[in-house]
Parts: sequence; C-alpha cells; structure tokens
Amino acid sequence: MAMQFYASPEQIMRDRSEFARKGIARGRSVVVLSYAQGVLFVAENVSTTLHKVSEIYDRIGFAAVGRYNEFENLRAAGVRAADMRGYSYDRRDVTGRSLASSYAQTLGNLFGESGAKPLEVEICIAEVGANPAADELYRLTYDGSVQDEPGFLIMGGQAEAISNVVKDQHSDDQTLAQALQLAVKALGSVGGENGATRQIADDQLEVAILDRTRRGRAFRRITGQALKTLLKPVETAPAAAEVVELPDETPAESGETPE
Amino acid sequence: MVETACPDSSAPETGRYDDEGDDVALGADRTGGFPAAYHAVGTSSFTEFLNMAAPDLLPGRRPLPPGEHAEIAPHATTIVALSCSDGVVMAGDRRATMGNLIASRDIEKVHEADPYSLIGIAGTAGIGIELIRLFQVELEHYEKIEGAQLSLDGKANRLATMIRGNLGAAMQGLVAIPLFAGYDLDAKDPSKVGRIFSFDVAGGCYEENGGYDSIGSGSLFAKSALKKRYRPGLGVADAVKLAVESLYDAADDDTATGGPDVIRKIFPVVMTVTAEGTHRLPDEETGAIAEAVIAARNENIGG
Repeated sequence: MAMQFYASPEQIMRDRSEFARKGIARGRSVVVLSYAQGVLFVAENVSTTLHKVSEIYDRIGFAAVGRYNEFENLRAAGVRAADMRGYSYDRRDVTGRSLASSYAQTLGNLFGESGAKPLEVEICIAEVGANPAADELYRLTYDGSVQDEPGFLIMGGQAEAISNVVKDQHSDDQTLAQALQLAVKALGSVGGENGATRQIADDQLEVAILDRTRRGRAFRRITGQALKTLLKPVETAPAAAEVVELPDETPAESGETPE
Repeated sequence: MVETACPDSSAPETGRYDDEGDDVALGADRTGGFPAAYHAVGTSSFTEFLNMAAPDLLPGRRPLPPGEHAEIAPHATTIVALSCSDGVVMAGDRRATMGNLIASRDIEKVHEADPYSLIGIAGTAGIGIELIRLFQVELEHYEKIEGAQLSLDGKANRLATMIRGNLGAAMQGLVAIPLFAGYDLDAKDPSKVGRIFSFDVAGGCYEENGGYDSIGSGSLFAKSALKKRYRPGLGVADAVKLAVESLYDAADDDTATGGPDVIRKIFPVVMTVTAEGTHRLPDEETGAIAEAVIAARNENIGG
C-alpha cells in the first residue's frame, strides 16, 4: 500500500489557492469601470470571437479572466439563471447581486471539493444603475469570495500595477472616451520591455459598455470605426467623441451591434 | 457536462429536480450555487434548458382533465401581416372574447419577438401570450449564448417546434396559433426582405409567398380585403393603411374582432420591421389612420 503523507488542511488550501492564482495571473487583464453614461469593459483580447466580456441580461454584464472553457461554462450558467428568473418572474427581478451570490457559491463549492481542480478564473458581474453611484461591480474569485468594488475593478495579469494607474485618475463623471483611454493606458502600463509602457492596438482590444441611458438591453460592443474614434486623443476632437458616445437606437448599425 | 465546472456532478442524478422546483426557478441549488443543469454543455435553446431544469414551466407539459375546454378562457382574434418594400407590417385588433362576452377591449396581440421579427397570436389568449413570452426568451437566450442571432428560417422553425409541444392541449380546445413575420438580414433579393410565416396546430410552418396573411376569427374577411387591395412592393405607409383597413373589414363582419374604438381611443396595434429594426406606431398615428378609414367608409360603406 502506498504511504499517505499527512498534509494539513491549511497547506492543502494554500496549494489550491496558489495553483488557481498562478493560472489567473498568466493571462491578460480586464478593466471594468463606471463612467458618467454607463459601465465600461476593456479587455486585451486578440480574438474577435472568443469573448472575455459578454451580456448576461438587460442591465448586467460579465467579464472574466483565466481559462476560457471554465469561464465560458460559468457565463452560460449565468445567462441561463438570469433568463430563467426573468421568465419566471419579471425582467426587473433579475439582479446582479443574486447572480453574484450564485457564482460565489458555485466557485466556493468547487474550491472546497477535494479531488476536483479549483477553477482558474476570476469573474466580474457588473450591473449598471441609474447613476454611477448606483453601479454594482462584483469581483468573484476562484475560492468563492465576493467583493463589491465601487468605481472600478481590475482582474487578471498584473492587476495590482494596473489598478494603481486607474486609481489615481478615475472619476465617475468621465466621458466614455476618457474612461476608455484611461483603461487602455492602464493596460499598457505593464508588460512592456524593461518596464516601459506599451501601445495597445485597437484590434487587440475587446470593448463593451452597459449603456445607462438605453432602455431594455443595455449591453453593446464597441468595435471598428467607433472604437478608433473613441481612442483618438480627446483634446483634438471632443465633439466627435461625444457623437459616438450617444446610443444609436437602430439595431442595424454595422460596426456596433451587440453580438 | 464539464466536470470541473459542475459542483453537483457527484450528486445523484435521478429525480433531483423534483423536490426543488422552487429553488431551480430561483437559479440556485441547495447550497445556493447553480444547479447541474445550468452547466450543461451543448444546448443554446432556452426551451431545451427548461426541459432539463424546470419542465413544469413549459407549456404543453401540464396534464389536463379529459374533455373539451375551449370555453374556459378568453380568445384573441384577428391578426394581419403584409410584406412591403422595406420590410413587413403586422397589425392586430384589440379584442378578446369569451363566448358572447368581451373579455378585454385593449389586449395587445402583436409583439416584437426580437429586434428583427414580430409575432402575433390568435386563439386561447393565455396559451398564446405564454408562447410569445417563451419565444422572446428563446431568441434572446440563443443570441446571448451563441453570440449570433438565429436566421429568420431558424426562428420560424423553432416557433413551429414550440407549437407542436402544445398539440395535446390544442386537441382539447386550448389552441393558439401565431403569425410570424420578420426582416431577413440574409436575403439575396432586396424585394424579399419582409417574410411572413403561418403555422398550423400540428406545428406545420408555411411561408406565405403571396405577400400577406391573416389568422384568427376575422381572418376570412381581412384576407379577402387584402386580396383585392394588396400589391407587391407597397410602401410602409400604404401597407400600414391597408392593414388597418383590413382589420376594419374583419370587425365589420366578425363579432369577435374589435373595430377602432374612437370613444375610448383604443386603436389596433400596428408594428413594422425594417432594416432599422422593429417599430410600434404610436397610438396617435394609428388613431389618425383609423379615423381616416372611418371617414372614407362614411362615403363608401364597402371601402
């Protein structure tokens, strides 16, 4: 019979935490932040089809870092839970808070389960409110802990360094262009050679918003020309940036249709 | 099922949803996490998901006592749809009846199914409205899970499957039939962007290539009016006028179809779907059209 070595519960949990944390830190980061007209998601993502940011429900968005297959499964579970609740009761009864607690339980159960691998994911559930102070940004980590982080939230990669950049310059009354440029600058502040900053091209970015002013489904992706316009320095063309920011009520716009 | 993402993979599978119907509807298992069915891989359909997670929420799954029950619930009546140069127009009267009584004067039977399609219902109102709600969630759910919309034909076929599920209840009198119309984003021929699909009780799905169709108790009269007046390539404004007029003709000869109610200011629901998406005409606009129709009928009763 093979000899069983004793490992203390603390040691087991530490090992599992370290395993999950390493996996999450390997990937690129995601920035989620409140701005005047909504909630902005910015992810570094070279793929245009494998999303890190997606729609859950009318006012609720989802962002994740870590292993794609694991968070994709969690995303689908969230969409199902939200649609189920909205269908059983009413669309207004689907809340970010209840989704966040279901996610926390799911992640926590798996983390504690011996034999199963802890999920190497970190998730943000964001619900846009009537004003920036009413926005809810929940961070859910691999071990099932949940935090409500008002204002902004950074996950994955070198989250702490990016967080320091955002912390200094973020405010709730920024325009979409200002918030987007801050997020891109923060993402580019790490990962350069010898600590230099990087320029991130627009085709490396996955950008989406939860539009505060939009009725019904607030989630929209920002791609193509709209994204390029928003990334231009604000001083030269503030008017142009404002125009792009307005929600286009027609679902037919080519570059920006959600999904 | 992805083993790593499924907290309940070790739980016994048989009958585990039976005792927690309420919890499942709330989206939580016993510990508050997502139940196993929420992590199932391979389905993008909300109906299929309900079938696994909460089958009692699906229409057509409830046992009915034997017999004919057509008279227990209100009936929704006439819907018309006609394709036009820019898309398609759908309109419905506002009446629901229960035998000889008016059950509702202002029921809304035409709804947006998703940003590019419309659905209207005739028959048992409760069944039809449940069908619309489920269909709306079905389309949105697919779009969110897959990251792309279903094709227009895919939507119509999905709706046919959902009607088929209600066949048992339909045979006992609780029958509801939809009319489905949408803007085909993949259309090759620009004159064929607006498409209309009708259905039968058994789940048959038929595209109406003639350019117009009507369902419900007054459909015979509405369709006759459209047959004489409809021309392919109508503009949206003309098609809207024609839709309101055909509903007037239906109400003229069918007691279950409500005409424009100028005293209470209740007018037909008229919706359009074009390249810009769906649009519901404001009441003032449909009111003005309905009043113009009435004025014209003062001159000539036959229209």
